[in-house]
Amino acid sequence: MKLNTNTRRVLRGVVLALVLAAGPAFADAGKKPAGEEISHFLLGNGMEVVVIPDHRAPIVTHMVWYKVGSADEPPGKSGIAHFFEHLMFKGTEKHKAGEFGAKIAEIGGSENAFTSDDFTAYFQTVSPDALGTMMDYEADRMRNLILTDAVIGPERDVVLEERRSRIETSPDALLAEEIDATLYQNHPYRIPVIGWMHEMEKLNRADAVAFYDRYYAPNNAILVVAGDVDANTVRTLAEATYGKVARGPDLPPRLRPQEPEQNTARTVTLSDPRVTTPSFSKSWLAPSYNTAEPGEGEALDLLSEILGGGVRSRIYQALVVKAGIASTAGAYYDGTKLDTGSFVVYGAPRGDAKLEEVQAAIDAEIAAVVKDGVTEEELEAAKNRFLRSMIFAQDSQSSMANIYGTALATGGTVDDILGWPDRIRKVTSADLVKAAAKYLRSSGSVTGYLLPAEPVQN
Amino acid sequence: MTDCLGKTRVFAAALFLAAATFLASPVGAEVAIQPVTSSKGITAWLVEDYSVPIVTIRFSFQGGHTQDPPGKEGLSELMSGLFDEGAGDLDSDAFQTQLDEGGAEMRFGADRDTVYGWMRTLADTKDEAFDLLRLAVEQPRFDAAPIDRIRAQIVAGIVASERDPDTAAQRRWQVALYGDHPYARPEVGTEASLAAITADDLRAYHKAVFARDTLKVAVVGAIDAETLKRKLDDLFGNLPETSNLRPVETVAPKLSQEVRFDYDLPQTSLQLAYPGVPRSDPEFFAAHLMNHILGGGTFTSRLFDEVREKRGLAYSVTSYLVTNKYSSGLVVSTATRSDRAGETLDVIRDVVHKMAEDGPTEAELAAAKKYVIGAYAMNNLDTSGAIATTLLQLQEENLGIDYMQKRVAQIDAVTIEQVRAAARRLLNAEPAVLVVGPPATPEPKG
Repeated sequence: MKLNTNTRRVLRGVVLALVLAAGPAFADAGKKPAGEEISHFLLGNGMEVVVIPDHRAPIVTHMVWYKVGSADEPPGKSGIAHFFEHLMFKGTEKHKAGEFGAKIAEIGGSENAFTSDDFTAYFQTVSPDALGTMMDYEADRMRNLILTDAVIGPERDVVLEERRSRIETSPDALLAEEIDATLYQNHPYRIPVIGWMHEMEKLNRADAVAFYDRYYAPNNAILVVAGDVDANTVRTLAEATYGKVARGPDLPPRLRPQEPEQNTARTVTLSDPRVTTPSFSKSWLAPSYNTAEPGEGEALDLLSEILGGGVRSRIYQALVVKAGIASTAGAYYDGTKLDTGSFVVYGAPRGDAKLEEVQAAIDAEIAAVVKDGVTEEELEAAKNRFLRSMIFAQDSQSSMANIYGTALATGGTVDDILGWPDRIRKVTSADLVKAAAKYLRSSGSVTGYLLPAEPVQN
Repeated sequence: MTDCLGKTRVFAAALFLAAATFLASPVGAEVAIQPVTSSKGITAWLVEDYSVPIVTIRFSFQGGHTQDPPGKEGLSELMSGLFDEGAGDLDSDAFQTQLDEGGAEMRFGADRDTVYGWMRTLADTKDEAFDLLRLAVEQPRFDAAPIDRIRAQIVAGIVASERDPDTAAQRRWQVALYGDHPYARPEVGTEASLAAITADDLRAYHKAVFARDTLKVAVVGAIDAETLKRKLDDLFGNLPETSNLRPVETVAPKLSQEVRFDYDLPQTSLQLAYPGVPRSDPEFFAAHLMNHILGGGTFTSRLFDEVREKRGLAYSVTSYLVTNKYSSGLVVSTATRSDRAGETLDVIRDVVHKMAEDGPTEAELAAAKKYVIGAYAMNNLDTSGAIATTLLQLQEENLGIDYMQKRVAQIDAVTIEQVRAAARRLLNAEPAVLVVGPPATPEPKG
């Protein structure tokens, strides 16, 4: 069901891991069948542009990514990045609220937006002849929003309802928030993207205007266009629209408070009457592709795939298939972050098995990798799955646009994406052992438990 | 959040239906769908395209949850989990290893009215992949160990959501709407019904449902018609000619009732079920356009404006048509602050009432037509998987291979009188209402 409306999609965890896996996938996109390569250039005002041609269908995906997310918010203003994303759908001097949406709907297009810790993106999918119109509206709202208390009030109520819908009504989501707040002790990734309720309630017009003026400018934005267009057309249209927006003040480097060394095993527990079966996850800080030493992100990606990436993974085969002690179990790596990412394992018992057995069995699988590495066959199969995912991903222009936007907004480059398959091919078992030993230490982890309420209520 | 009138393939046009071909223009759509019939008489719709070296296939048999024998609910779900768990001479492990090495992904599933399969494979390993798919379709093993494991996983899911208020409320809602019709039954079954299922039950279901007379196939990608013909015979040529399905009656959801599920939650979720129209109804597009104006648009609908934009009562408010094979409906769905749930319900009823009384304006109808016409290709041309899904659904709903050429004219021809009539027909009824949330009107919560 579509829970979309100015959606904030917190691209996290599994989703992110998938995006990444599918993403750098695009490496081969540079040699697309049509023979058209990906283009990457700057407008005079500093706006970055990426064009990903795909002429199979008369459709184009137009996205603008701003290099600002919840981790850039001022202290005490949690949720402003996402709240502001909603406000971008209000009116400007030239176009009253709803006009842009009506224009898109009129041509059968779709639109939405999402906010993460590190970026905020707006997109429309339309026919190619409407691309210039999309750019015109998008460039207009980059600087010309009219923010009045009359639009701020009801929209704040909307995001409060969004928080209730997504977080407050879900024990899993509440626990996930607390795990992040515990895993990150100093970095703003500890704060939920949607914001803490008590701070969201106080967000006001002045906060919104300050945020807008600071971050919404062409030199802090990336235009990604994927689909049935060529680079020259995009350049011409972009120069006539975005190109007319004045460059904003130079933004300082995105230096957020970093994590101290972590040497404690922490536990977060949520008991809730809605829960029947206990489950757990264990999280570690792990470098993102952006912060890792060369090759480390790729090693962590493959490690998560071999340990717990699917039904052929070690954890799934050992716990779910062979021992039959878990109903679900696996691992994922979130490496698409500007700053430190994370690595997670999870599981839930099945039948008479106890949660502790599941945890111990997963720990044993990690220990086995650290001790003996992985087999050549396992490594080869995992690499092939990654490389295959990039070919499958070429089937979706919106996936491609997301891959490039995410990478460029989190410190990556087009070359990083193009070189990803080669770097994946080079990873060895020894690299995985090193990464596992270095980052998956129990003495620096957060274990989250989701448990039935005690005493059990019905 | 759940979707109501149960779990479904809902609303036709804008979201799911749709299609067009690679060469289609979003509006006019010259569609390059090739009907391909094999020597054994198996037909598939093919869109041939070599720009990405992959092949996607989707197929379905009539069946689904409605064909689960009474007392064995969950059978079709369990079966769907077992096709890649051993087939022919290959046990579960061997099958999955070969599939992975062959560069393919395969999935099966069941919904209310069909059992379906999906596979995508790299073009250069398609022969191996199709061989494995043939084994899965024709000779699933239903070995004891995978049966027990997949059953235990489904049971674990049922147990895990036992105390979840939304799950419980949806169960109650389905029973209230559908009474003793198969649509009222839990589609994944219960612990008891799953425990009653044997390997023989699975084989019997497979034999009864996996037959050529209800088979529909859609293929997209790097494969030509001649090669596909041979593959079709390999894949499906040895299946029985005719299916053996238990009869299913059509059912009108029971409206004019309130179903409450009291639970102390930070929000109250609301669903309102009205009558719908079957996909085959001549007034389908009139109803579809009316629904789009009422609550079908993402940021542009009367419900969106009144509930969210003007009053900030909810993050999501939407309406959609449900077109199952044996039942139809129109559902409005939202979640709101519990202390304003009554107000939200009043606003929704008011919007619905106005639509029933006056219908849309000419301008609204014109805009809705443009959207519904234009969005068709847009929402369905973006991936091979979406195109295959569309081609399959067109076949399941008997809309014809020239549907895309006819569609624009059919939508354009809808008059405002027809849309007003559709509004009266659907929205004058007293709806069934589901309310999940705190019992009384509680104190406002922060």
